[in-house]
Amino acid sequence: MTLKAQSTHETENIVGKIDKILIDEALIESTANDSSPLISSAQPLQPLSYRHAFMLVLKRDLTIAMRHKDDMINPLLFFVIVVTLFPLGIGPEAQTLSRIAPGIIWVAALLATLLSLDRLFKSDHHDGSLEQMLLSPHPIFILVLAKIFAHWLITGLPLILIAPLLAVLLHLDENSYTALLLTLLLGTPVLSLLGAVGVALTVGIKKGGVLLSLLVLPLYIPVLIFATSAIDTAALGLPYSGQLAIIAALFFGSLTLAPFAVGAALKVSTN
Amino acid sequence: MNTLSKKNATPLISAKKLTCIREERLLFDELSLQINPGDIVQVEGPNGSGKTSLLRILSGLSQPYDGKIFYKEQLISRCREEFHQNLLYFGHLSGVKGEMTAEENLDFNLALHGYNTEDSLANLAKVNLSGFEDSLASHLSAGQHRRIALARLYQSTVPIWILDEPFTAIDKQGVASLEQLFTLHAQRGGCVILTTHQDLISIKPEQIKKITLDYSYDSALD
Repeated sequence: MTLKAQSTHETENIVGKIDKILIDEALIESTANDSSPLISSAQPLQPLSYRHAFMLVLKRDLTIAMRHKDDMINPLLFFVIVVTLFPLGIGPEAQTLSRIAPGIIWVAALLATLLSLDRLFKSDHHDGSLEQMLLSPHPIFILVLAKIFAHWLITGLPLILIAPLLAVLLHLDENSYTALLLTLLLGTPVLSLLGAVGVALTVGIKKGGVLLSLLVLPLYIPVLIFATSAIDTAALGLPYSGQLAIIAALFFGSLTLAPFAVGAALKVSTN
Repeated sequence: MNTLSKKNATPLISAKKLTCIREERLLFDELSLQINPGDIVQVEGPNGSGKTSLLRILSGLSQPYDGKIFYKEQLISRCREEFHQNLLYFGHLSGVKGEMTAEENLDFNLALHGYNTEDSLANLAKVNLSGFEDSLASHLSAGQHRRIALARLYQSTVPIWILDEPFTAIDKQGVASLEQLFTLHAQRGGCVILTTHQDLISIKPEQIKKITLDYSYDSALD
């Protein structure tokens, strides 16, 4: 019906014919019995609350992770293996090890997070639940925030818990333990938040793994630099609040901005 | 009785001059449509003719190359939350998680869209899944996955249903029951937009409006 000879995109050989759509007058006799509920602007039975939506998605993601333990154990195992291999490769000298310990722990944590990122949206994208989330009446950022928080609980938190043990293995300076824990506590959420942006952008691509690393790793570098610097400074017995403040700033910046970026990226990816 | 009011009712969804281009191929051009309460619209066409693309565009998941979509005469991008509160989209992919049980899947889907989950067991029974509530979805068949996702329809009170191939992997009995549900939904003032390659048996042909998309080989954009 509606084939324009000169359409906007200079296509004369287009034959995108569409048959006339029957927009007849309402053909259907209304036979609705009075008992059937009338559809108005549907009032959902539960009020839409941010907290409710957040908890719903969080609970779902944690349930899935608990039943699919591979996803939880893999990054943690990777972290442990990488860190324990270093003393074997470099030699057991306490001085060398304690010098490089902050870097090893942080690089391993960073790569372990990178390894686990793929799962954040990929399976949801494959089975169509991502579409359903995007079409839910809740704002996307709240659902995304819940997913990222779940991801951090599954991958980030175990890393933080096991890091002090591995630090012992690497002869980390005694003064540095608090700094190590604080930087991990502030830094690993940043890794999850920034990583989520990368995953959201690449989720529609079949083999987005390499692209994901290329996108995300540069964003991780500031966290790595300031975290290791804070731990090194702590080892010298100097105040490291400056570095910590910068990581905290990165954390709050990404916490407020990343969910919106992820939401927008997911919309593009599912387009 | 309220036929008159229906004629004057604002269309639930209307689209103006939609153009969709995929993989440098023009799927449809300047497509305008208007869907009123009580309509059952079947989108027809061979594989690759753009049926799914059209439904995704109507639901707001994809952006059209050109054109606008209105929900009750408001641009859908302007009233996203209101539109989504009144929309149920059922895609190619059922959105069922293998790691969760049938009931958990349905509960999540219902709760995500703001329904209470008290009746979910009854709804699972309506799609012939009683006895499977506590089975992990990964242990169920493809058809049962679709049924878990479709169970939501039985509780849905939203007016706009956009269903992409709802009958895939569903047995004859299930199809008949779904067709009844569609008729009922249209009667209570909702609209159903669906794609299917099957003929709708129990719905009267005069009740069904059809949108036919053609597939043409020479429509590649140069």
